[in-house]
Order: sequence, then C-alpha cells, then structure tokens
Amino acid sequence: MTLPDRRRVLAGLAAAVAPIPGIAQETVTREAAIRDSAGRPVPVPAAVARVFPAGPPAAILLYTLAPDLLLGWPRANRPEERAYLLPDVGSRPEVGRLTGRGNTANLEVVLQLKPDLILDVGSTAATYVSLADRVQGQTGIPYALLDGRLDAAAQTYRTLGQLVRREREGAELAAYTAAILKTVGERVASVHAERRPRTYYARGPRGLETGLAGSINVESIEIMGARNVAGERRGGLATVSLEQVLAWDPEVIVAIDLDFVATVRSDPAWASVTAVRNGRVHLAPKLPFGWVDFPPSVNRLLGLWWLGKVLYGDLFPEDLATIARDFHARFYHLPITAGQASQILAGRG
Amino acid sequence: MQLGTRGGLAVAGVVLLAGVVVAFALGRYPVTLIDLVQVLAAKLTGGPSGVPAVAETVIWQIRGPRVVAAVLVGAALSVAGTAFQGLFRNPLVSPDLLGASSGAALGTVIAIYFSFGVLAIQASAFAGGLLAVALVYLVGSTMRGGDTVLVLVLTGVVAGSLFGAGVGLMKYLADPYNQLPAMTFWLLGSLAGTTASDLLPLFGPILAGTVVLLALRWRMNAMSLPEEEARALGVPTGPLRIAVVAAATLVTAASVAAAGIVGWVGLVVPHLARFLVGPSFPRLLPTAAVLGGGYLLLIDTVARTVSSVEVPLGILTAVIGSPFFIALLRKSHRTWS
Repeated sequence: MTLPDRRRVLAGLAAAVAPIPGIAQETVTREAAIRDSAGRPVPVPAAVARVFPAGPPAAILLYTLAPDLLLGWPRANRPEERAYLLPDVGSRPEVGRLTGRGNTANLEVVLQLKPDLILDVGSTAATYVSLADRVQGQTGIPYALLDGRLDAAAQTYRTLGQLVRREREGAELAAYTAAILKTVGERVASVHAERRPRTYYARGPRGLETGLAGSINVESIEIMGARNVAGERRGGLATVSLEQVLAWDPEVIVAIDLDFVATVRSDPAWASVTAVRNGRVHLAPKLPFGWVDFPPSVNRLLGLWWLGKVLYGDLFPEDLATIARDFHARFYHLPITAGQASQILAGRG
Repeated sequence: MQLGTRGGLAVAGVVLLAGVVVAFALGRYPVTLIDLVQVLAAKLTGGPSGVPAVAETVIWQIRGPRVVAAVLVGAALSVAGTAFQGLFRNPLVSPDLLGASSGAALGTVIAIYFSFGVLAIQASAFAGGLLAVALVYLVGSTMRGGDTVLVLVLTGVVAGSLFGAGVGLMKYLADPYNQLPAMTFWLLGSLAGTTASDLLPLFGPILAGTVVLLALRWRMNAMSLPEEEARALGVPTGPLRIAVVAAATLVTAASVAAAGIVGWVGLVVPHLARFLVGPSFPRLLPTAAVLGGGYLLLIDTVARTVSSVEVPLGILTAVIGSPFFIALLRKSHRTWS
C-alpha cells in the first residue's frame, strides 16, 4: 500500500471544498436568470428537459403546461386518476414531496434524478422562500417558487413558460385562464352582494370541518363571490359544531366527502338546514384532481364553472360536460368522452 | 378540607347538575330558556311543544347527545384514572399509562388513512386501544421476577412511544390536504360530531367498565398496600389487577373512540375527588365518576360556545387542567396516602 502524496491530498481537499461555487460561476454565465414569484432570480439553463415538482400543485401545473418535462409525481396517481391523464406521464413514478407539510423526498434521490429545475407552486411566504434558497444552495439546482393563488394563475403560467422555454404554450394557457377568471368575475360582480348565497363548505366524514376566511381551501368559493358562513373569522381549517351550522343556516352546502353527502340528506339533525331542505347540498367532482379544494392548483379553474352553476344556477347556463371536455383537452392533453364527463361530474370515484 | 361520603358526593352531584343545566341552556344556536323548558315539558307530557322544529332538533339531536357523551366520557376517564392511580400506587398516573390512548390513536389514524367511514374509524380506535393494552399485558407478564407493576408500567411506556411513532408514520404517509387535517382534528379531541346513534356503542363499554370498577372499589384499598400485605389480607392481587386493567382499558378505549384524545381529565379529577372525600376507594370512586362527568361537561360547554369555531377538547382540558393540577398539588399533597 502506498501512501498518497500529501500535496495531492491537499489539492483534492481544496477541490472538494471549492467546486460548487466554481461550477455555479461557470453556469451562471450561460444562463438567463428569471425572477420567480418571490422575486428570487432563478438561473435557468438554456434547455430544460427534466423538472422535479416540489409538491402536488407544482406537478399539476407543470403537467398542464409541459407534461413531457415532469419527472414524476409527489404521490403515485391512483388508477381512476390515471384514466384521465396521458398514459405515459400519468404513470410516472412517485418521487415524494419536497415542501409543504413535511418532506418525503430525499435530496440525494432528487440529485440522482438529475433535474434541470425544481418547481414549487404555492405560498410565497418567507418560510417557502428560505426553503427554496436552502435547497438551491445545497443542490446547485435552480429552484423556482411560483405563486399558487388561483387569481395569479395567468401570470404563473407565463412565468413557468419562460422558465421551461415553452413561452407559446404558457401564453396560451395564461390567456385561457385569464378569460375564465374574467368571465366568472364579471358574472359574479353582476349579482348584488346581498343576493349571493350563504355557503357552507363541508369537509371530513362528518362534514364539520370547514375553511375560514382566507384559507386556501375556500379560495375558489371566495373567488365565486359566495358568502362563506364561516368567513367571519380568518384562518385555515377548523372544526365547528353542528349547532353552529344550524345557527348559520347556509343556503348552499359544498361538500367533498361522498359519505357525508350520502348521509346528510337523511340525517334528522341536518334536516332543518335550508340547503338540505332545498336539495342544495352539492358534492364537488374530484377527478382527476379535486375541483374545489385540493390539490390547490389550476385543477380548480374547472371547478369555478361548477361552483357558478351550483351557486348561481341560470347565470351559468353553459353545459358543464362541454366545458369539462374542452378543459380536459386543453389542460390535461387527453380528450374525454361525454360519458366520461358525466361520470366525473357525478363526483364519485 | 375533607367532607364525609355524603358531603363529597353531594358537592360532585351539584357540579354535575350545574353542568347539565348550563350545557343545555348554552349553545351556538340560540334557544331561549322558555323554549328549552317547553321542549322538555312536551317530552314529558307527550304533547306538542309549540317550539320551532329546529330548536327541538338542537336539543334532542345535537345538544342532548353531546351532553350525555361528555358526562359519560368524563366519568369513565375519571374512574379509570382513579383506579389506575391506586393500582400503580402513583398519583401521576393517568388511564392511558398502559397504551390504551396511543393504541386507540393508532387505530384511528390507520382507519382515516384508508378513508373508512365514521363508524369504522370509531371501531378501529376502540380495537386499537384494547389490542395495545392486551399486548402490553402479555409482554409484561412474560417477564420473570421483579416488581410486576413496575414491569407493566415500563412496558406501557415503551408501547406508548412505539404506537406514537406509528401515528407519526401514518401522518407522514397521509395525504396532506385531506387525511392529515382529519387525523390532526380527530386526535386533538372533540365531541363536535356526536350524534344520538353514537351513544349506544359508547354506552355499552363505558357502562360495563365503570360498573366493574365500582363493584371492585371495596377491594381496591388493598391494592395500595405492598403485594405481600394485600395477599395476607386475602385479596387476590393478580386477578384483581387484571380486572381493573381490563375495565379501565375498556372505558378509556371507548372514550378515545368517541371523543379523540382527551388528556388530563383522568389525572386531575381523581385528585379533585380525593381532595373532597379522601383516599379510600369506596368513597373515592363514585365521587370521581360524578365529578368527572360534570368536569368534562363544563369544559365541553366552553369548547363549543366560546367561538363559532370549536376549541379542541384536548387542548382545553390541558390548558385548564395543568394550572389546576399545580394548585391542587400545592394544597393537597397531604391527602394522598
């Protein structure tokens, strides 16, 4: 066994300490820096071929814009979800999530997947900005943090288009998104505030979890101008008592739990609620991704039409199945039949 | 201050009665006292109440079941806590010592993970609690020699930590948008969802366990003695211990299934009861049962009335229970033993 030359060891050590700034220096010169939604400059390589989604909203947003770039899904899609996605993309592997509530992705695995870009979509609060900076510094992979709010979706599409060099597709989806938001916004604005239905958003098997004012869970309900009965307080998700729901006496209940909707119609305790008496308890569709609440990404755009019909009826005369088919062809890249559309609208699965 | 059997029980009874009156009178849905009396009178006479149907629904379908559930859970946890404190000769013991709560919590989160319905979630919680304690008892009893009570306690601590890790794992794997909040809310403890149909499956185990514990109260004084002395007095400590553990586990698991994790009640109420009537079990257990029912009922009434959003019961019992407990320790350290 020969001892290594001391000078070579020192050189190796120096190289081990130094290389990351060196490489970063080199790449920055041939990269364009694009500012993300948090105002961070993100150095993006000339060609982006592989993108790691930090969480479900990022995966869905990227899938709608450039499905071929998506490395995998934070959570593997279920068979019933895959039926409405491009077969080769919908079945890509589970890679875990990098942000949000708890990491499940391993940074070494992320590196092994050799992404050109890590994409995170959601809150741009300081927590997520610092997380983005940390991961970018640690891995040397550009990390873009984009605004996940629904009313910022058009701008988010344009920024993502620039980031992944798909400006044309980004602009198209941005225009379509802006058109949806403008149309529903104008129609809702025409309804006097007093005449907008008092709405209760029911989550959980008992229907007693709800979203307070400003929570991401009721963002689309708020965009649709409904008066959220739980909106007197700001916050996130909370549990309420059935007595409180009776006191609020909502005119419309938007629910996401199949079991709850099935039982609420026959439950004597709920019988006196106006929404139940008038048959205005509505189960939100959830395929391939939730229409109203989660994941909080562009999938909720389609849900705005559904909410429009549920909340305002005649004001939204369009046929939902037709709209859903158009949306699926544009955003999910896979046309669906009229039968599939009505199946999705039934909310089961 | 120690009152006799009658005096202490009377104080506990007054707390319970006051709790029931306040709980029926208060709530987020406005029901006037006159309406309340009319609804109750109509039920007694069988005639029409003349009160809007909603008020009747509130009282019979929502507030009533919740009041009953709060009393049952409070009484059950207090009796179980009292029995455990005697059995393990330690005033810092609560009924989840042997893993009943953490096992039930694991059962709950597994059921939520697989998107079961409410009834199946409750059944899974109940089964998880029973299985956990059975496992602890089996493992504990295979150990040879030494203080068996000590071995049981240590096994319980280990199991509780292990099941806690299991809960953490299920939360980690859960869907962060839907299942994770559901798990969190469930484990924080709440009676918000109690319906009339929940009461029957809750009644059964809680009543059975509480009756067993109350029936054994004459023998429990001997448990606080060293094992040899108890045997010398003719008390079969082994079977008695199994019976107490089984009954306490039954009621604890049923309570978690119905209300989630409600800590502190099983720890604080036994001390309160001991403060009232002293440490002798024949007097202590009934007092703890009645007092515990009233105690949790009052706390639950606060939880559901202070704001439009429910305050999680487990948080409120801890916030109220811990300073209460400290104050009690300062005053009553002599009433133990």
